[in-house]
Amino acid sequence: MLAEKYQDHIADLLARYPVKRSALLPLLNLAQKEEGYVSESAMKEIAEILDLTPPQVYETATFYTMFNMNPIGKFHVQICKSLMCGLVGSDPLIQWVQQRLGVGPGQTTSDRLFTLSVVECLGSCGTGPMMQVNDDYYERLSEERVGRIFDELKETGNSSLKSGPFMVPEPISR
Amino acid sequence: MPTHEKILLKNMDQPGYTGSLKDYEAVGGYQALRRVMKELAPADLIDIVKQSGLRGRGGAGFPTGVKWSFIPKDYTGPKYLCCNADESEPGTFKDRQLMERDPHQVLEGIAIACQAIGAETAYIYIRGEFRLGAKILEHAIDEARQARYLGENVLSSGVPIQVYVHAGAGAYICGEETALLESLEGKRGMPRVKPPFPATHGLYQKPTVVNNVETLANLPHIVTRGADWFASIGSPPKSTGTRIFCLSGHVKQPGNYEVPMGITFRELIYEHAGGMRGEKPLKAFIPGGASASFLTEAHLDVKLDFESVAQAGSMLGSGGVTVMEEGTSMVWAALRLMEFFYHESCGKCTPCREGSSWLVQVLQRIVDRRGRMEDLQVLADLCQNIVGRTVCAFGDAEIAPIVGTLQYWRNEYEDLIRESTAISTTSKELPVLALNS
Ligand SMILES: Cc1cc2nc3c(=O)[nH]c(=O)nc-3n(C[C@H](O)[C@H](O)[C@H](O)COP(=O)(O)O)c2cc1C
Repeated sequence: MLAEKYQDHIADLLARYPVKRSALLPLLNLAQKEEGYVSESAMKEIAEILDLTPPQVYETATFYTMFNMNPIGKFHVQICKSLMCGLVGSDPLIQWVQQRLGVGPGQTTSDRLFTLSVVECLGSCGTGPMMQVNDDYYERLSEERVGRIFDELKETGNSSLKSGPFMVPEPISR
Repeated sequence: MPTHEKILLKNMDQPGYTGSLKDYEAVGGYQALRRVMKELAPADLIDIVKQSGLRGRGGAGFPTGVKWSFIPKDYTGPKYLCCNADESEPGTFKDRQLMERDPHQVLEGIAIACQAIGAETAYIYIRGEFRLGAKILEHAIDEARQARYLGENVLSSGVPIQVYVHAGAGAYICGEETALLESLEGKRGMPRVKPPFPATHGLYQKPTVVNNVETLANLPHIVTRGADWFASIGSPPKSTGTRIFCLSGHVKQPGNYEVPMGITFRELIYEHAGGMRGEKPLKAFIPGGASASFLTEAHLDVKLDFESVAQAGSMLGSGGVTVMEEGTSMVWAALRLMEFFYHESCGKCTPCREGSSWLVQVLQRIVDRRGRMEDLQVLADLCQNIVGRTVCAFGDAEIAPIVGTLQYWRNEYEDLIRESTAISTTSKELPVLALNS
């Protein structure tokens, strides 16, 4: 249960807004962080915390694409296919990733490690092709780089190739 | 290459600059806020920003000082500032850099704006995917609170300014200011009918200003260096200051370039972004994010200011400049953007919700070589029945890629259609018919 485990955090969230319902997206985020998706029981609990009805929580949650309404794999691989990434090669890369993972968009590998999503613009248009895996961005992708990222994630749960604070073009004198 | 003084990206350009509070203070950070809290009356501050000519960098280009002055002066209840960090317009990625590399510059701007309008609470509505940016901002807010630049009693002035980061959850429309407010209230992010405007009925129906990250980041510099200084940069009187242009697509060096408004697209693309990535010449470019109509190589000498780009039939918008080389299919490009708009339409207004789906279907069948010549009229009719008939500007935005490509590259549509194998106009496969058929 969220309320017990995150008592202080939830109290801090609620204190930020004069109206409780404003904490809905933050709490849905928290629920998804906890379970990897937004479960029905989490939505019921959030409704209780915020004095809402479960349908009010559900109608809001389903508006936002980032909330997974079903369980997904350990790593959520989201590759951008919008125009700016499309111009610099996201289509063939997406094909390659499907082959490599052996799944199509919306599917999860049988070892439950990777769920693949093909998504619209993630605001990283100068460094495409790009993808987001869980919380991290990976940019200027090539097949070779994506292969390394998947290997590292599999082995250590982390990848050294994730983006740091963004700055492009990089300053010359560093 | 002509060099221009940077304002917003200047700090982070310095070797070793980390964006920490210490680094920011070392380059004069928070001196402007000090001045605002100690010496400047809010009305004078608003006047300075009006005189500077600063216009919103979020897309619409509304004069910032004027927007602030719409907040009712005699209102004593709570007022709010919302920093629009949704950065969801395809082609745009500047706010991310401002937040991740120099977060205190943004926070100082937020505090200054709060003081100008008398808001004690500000929310930074950041797109949900920007986890790193949100983390960096949270940390910077902690630092600024400890140093009393934010918090209960800002710089011992007795004035409280609380800033909170509020993450979205993946919806382009939440960049639209009233959808942002709905989302911040914990609802589906659907735009509100205006009027009433946020200045009187905004967040929780209280007076509210929504400003873009880049707009706010300009404020410390305007306060410190003066309205006249700012107004002398760029293309006065209507487009003052610099803009961060986000270059993407087929240029050699994509990225963020801060230049004074009023330089030409030619200079931006060929001198700053290094020109085209290969041998192929430029065919088309989008001047201001996905909502801005495509322009051609003939427009390269258009100046990058609000008026010039509008005169050329497009808009400066969010500053996202996407360059396409010869060989890029313009029908494909329009379809790609249309798929984005279809995916992101919030569904509130029928013309946008249904129209975006029909537009995708018609474009898709043309690309699939199943189109008919009448489809060009279908596209034009659909666009006409969307524009101006929706609650927010999304409707006007979504037709931009089609209107522009139909205007300049109609032949590409026709060529694809000529390659089509004949399909009866009444086929079930082609449900979208011309209005006059
Ligand atoms: C569909 C749509 C999407 C928008 N997305 C953004 C956005 O991501 N970021 C932003 O700052 N403004 C966005 N805007 C513009 C905002 O509605 C608003 O004009 C802006 O945040 C005001 O700030 P400014 O005056 O500082 O530019 C969008 C507008 C529309 C119609």
